[in-house]
Amino acid sequence: MEKKRKINFSSIYLFIVFIILYLPIFYLMYYSFNSGGKMYNFESFTLDWYRELFGNTRMLIIVLNTIIIALLSAAISTIIGVCGAIGIWLIKSKISRQTLLSLNNILIVSPDVVIGASFLILFTIIGIKLGFTSVLLAHIAFSVPIVVLMVLPKLQELPMTIIDAARDLGASHWGVLTKVILPLITPGIFAGFFMALTYSLDDFAVTFFVTGSGFSTLSVEIYSMARRGVSLEINALSTILFFVTILLVIGYYFIVSKQNQGHPARLEARK
Amino acid sequence: MKTRSQKWFLIPYYLWLALFVIAPILLIVYYSFLDIYGNFTFKNYQRFFSSVYLEMTVSSFWYALLITIFCLIVAYPTAYLLTRTKYKQLWLLLIIMPSWINLLLKAYAFIGIFGTYGLANALLEVLGVGSRQILFTDFSFIFVAVYIFIPFMILPIFNALDKLDKSYLDAAMDLGASKWQTFRRVIFPLTLNGVKSGCQVVFIPALSLFMLTRLIAGNRVITLGTAVEQQFLVNQDWGMGSTIAVFLVIIMFFIVFFTERGVRNGKKAQN
Amino acid sequence: MKKLIQAFAALFIVSIVLLLWVNRLNASEGYTGDNTITVFNWGDYIDMDLVEQFEEETGITVIYETFDSNESMLTKIQQGGTSFDVAVPSEYAVERMKEEDLLYPLDHSKLPNLKNIDPRFLDMSYDPGNQYSVPYFWGTVGIAYNKKMLGERTFDSWNDLWADDLDNQILLVDGAREVMGFGLNSLNYSLNDTNPEHLLEAKEKLKTLWPNIKAIVGDEMKMLLVNEEAPIGVVWSGDAADAMWENENIDFVVPKEGSNLWFDTMVIPKTADNIDGAHQFINFMLDAEVAAQNTDYIGYSTPNKAAMELLDEETVNDERFYPPDEITDKLEVYKNLGRENLALYNELYLQFKMERK
Repeated sequence: MEKKRKINFSSIYLFIVFIILYLPIFYLMYYSFNSGGKMYNFESFTLDWYRELFGNTRMLIIVLNTIIIALLSAAISTIIGVCGAIGIWLIKSKISRQTLLSLNNILIVSPDVVIGASFLILFTIIGIKLGFTSVLLAHIAFSVPIVVLMVLPKLQELPMTIIDAARDLGASHWGVLTKVILPLITPGIFAGFFMALTYSLDDFAVTFFVTGSGFSTLSVEIYSMARRGVSLEINALSTILFFVTILLVIGYYFIVSKQNQGHPARLEARK
Repeated sequence: MKTRSQKWFLIPYYLWLALFVIAPILLIVYYSFLDIYGNFTFKNYQRFFSSVYLEMTVSSFWYALLITIFCLIVAYPTAYLLTRTKYKQLWLLLIIMPSWINLLLKAYAFIGIFGTYGLANALLEVLGVGSRQILFTDFSFIFVAVYIFIPFMILPIFNALDKLDKSYLDAAMDLGASKWQTFRRVIFPLTLNGVKSGCQVVFIPALSLFMLTRLIAGNRVITLGTAVEQQFLVNQDWGMGSTIAVFLVIIMFFIVFFTERGVRNGKKAQN
Repeated sequence: MKKLIQAFAALFIVSIVLLLWVNRLNASEGYTGDNTITVFNWGDYIDMDLVEQFEEETGITVIYETFDSNESMLTKIQQGGTSFDVAVPSEYAVERMKEEDLLYPLDHSKLPNLKNIDPRFLDMSYDPGNQYSVPYFWGTVGIAYNKKMLGERTFDSWNDLWADDLDNQILLVDGAREVMGFGLNSLNYSLNDTNPEHLLEAKEKLKTLWPNIKAIVGDEMKMLLVNEEAPIGVVWSGDAADAMWENENIDFVVPKEGSNLWFDTMVIPKTADNIDGAHQFINFMLDAEVAAQNTDYIGYSTPNKAAMELLDEETVNDERFYPPDEITDKLEVYKNLGRENLALYNELYLQFKMERK
């Protein structure tokens, strides 16, 4: 009896958390059907915004740009970040480890305009053409520290014996890295990847400063609409993207877990 | 030969550090000594120690602290309960997904929800509390900030809890520890790395929050981030903006050293 | 490990496929061709149908890029790296761009439609002889108020905002020049005043307004006014027009002490590649029918006299947005006060914001 009550309580808690997390999203989805044209005063149901969206090639290009930048920057920054996290973890001296970690966090604490403006100066000095490349580089740059912060705690939990083996990671110990360490920190790596994705999708200020040559992302487009009022086309777009992502995530999850079900032993071994 | 092969995978990370952290930070320190005409000056630092900016620093700290604490209070149970669900990885992804929707859109949704005639007040009416001002208060500001940062807190804690060896808990229970004792003496210390990492990724960026201070708090909250934003963009006083940014970085250094030490001690306590 | 490698390989493959798709789209839209101009404007600040019409008429492809504030646009153009052919800054930004030599002088022989512009809005102090800029839209700063929520009350002076019974009722637009400006105006000083004593006086007076201020907000002002979140807003006329369009209880007034007259203008930055195309675009936007259609879409006040004849009577005769001469005479354009004075404005504004309670 008591156990059952506990389960109910915890599902209620989770339910409330999810409701709050999704409330604003349902709110903006609801208004994507508003004929009134704004995110308030619902007038009547319409699909006009969706219709308009599908005829808008410029918007399609912007969406694709956003996705490409997000995926590539998250993937590359995850690779760099994992290397960095292992590096920091391997350092014995406490002072140098803390210094390195502090340096790592500088981009997280710096306000976006500062990052954007200094990257802009940097790119113009180096002579990188503003556009796809500069935006990609910038997104990789500001995503690396978050990956490090997500991976590091996983590394710190590894048992001492592995640390010792890893400390003298020579050519012969390449196996320790790929066969032991990486599989053990995989959850941290995925956490880092998804956080990097989040950073990239949401960034406005940095992207704005380092973009050019007709290259634009969704965030830049949305923020620049603020003065005139964000078009409901954006709400329609967010709704579609959201459902596509949910389908992809759920689909992927079940494919993967089905594959693993066939080989429970292998899964265990890999863990 | 051996030392070289040990460090090869650190090369991309150091390259990143040099190019996107060290170079911009040097640039910012350089700018912080320039006045609006580009002449060398210490005035910006003098100005920072005037009452306006000190007050701002204190209030930024206070709000960041509140945001972090509330994030932790909500995130820990959520992460804990998530680890006990059936499709935990899927649920975790669903927690992250709302953060892929543009922040400005979500902020607009919150303005609608918290408004005088919004959903929240309608709910309060039904509950018999009566409507009150929610938008442009400390409550709404902290609520929305927690909303935004919550996935960043849940993720590392989830990863730490997920790995927790069940046998420890069973052992504790067998030894007659109460639930609270088990949590305080076993679960919490073992997940401390995750908690620390979560607090860092929330507290540090919360110090420099800027957009929400206007959208949700109506400029009734002003943080260091807002000030940097203003100095860089509106006032075009890159010198003063850089000076504040330098202080943000210094504050962050202290936080990292402080939390890192805390963790070392925590580890000792475990042993 | 295998799982990791698989996941990352899949990611890179998906990205490459998407990249190829985008490149094809860009090519088919003509964005990668030679005959293009890049227009740098606020988001949704032009009727896109007109852009298409321009493309059809001239064969030039328009790449439309957007910014969210004058200041960020300025920083971008200053740093270079991108070729913007036409930009749409506000008048104070034009002055700054002129000062920093970021603008290309306009060739008036290529802009025959310039004659359509009301001479009242030509040859302004920010750009004598319209050497560098052509007005796109214009407006004022005033008080928007909700008749339903406030009853019979009217506003004709800035000082009406300080009334005792308006506790927590006012929204201010978040701009140092705007807020300090109406503070100065309420004391009958010019909003271009640089006397530090007057500025300090204005700040002290504004401080006493705090009990009546609900929030200091940005672009979300319209939304808040329409939703009747607060009955009073100190706003740009363009925002007021938008809000009135959606909520008929809202009215707008330019106080008698005077106010600001602002312009958004079209300019050709020094970074331009296709200067001829840029002139063609500006001239096209000055065409009477085009400007009328654009005004219909945007809803701000147009400086285009020929276009006004094509708009409906009701719009053009609305004195709140096309005020008669006796009011326009009291409006002042923001002067470039120099960096030092501007810094003082900003510092005082920041102090005002910090000194609530």
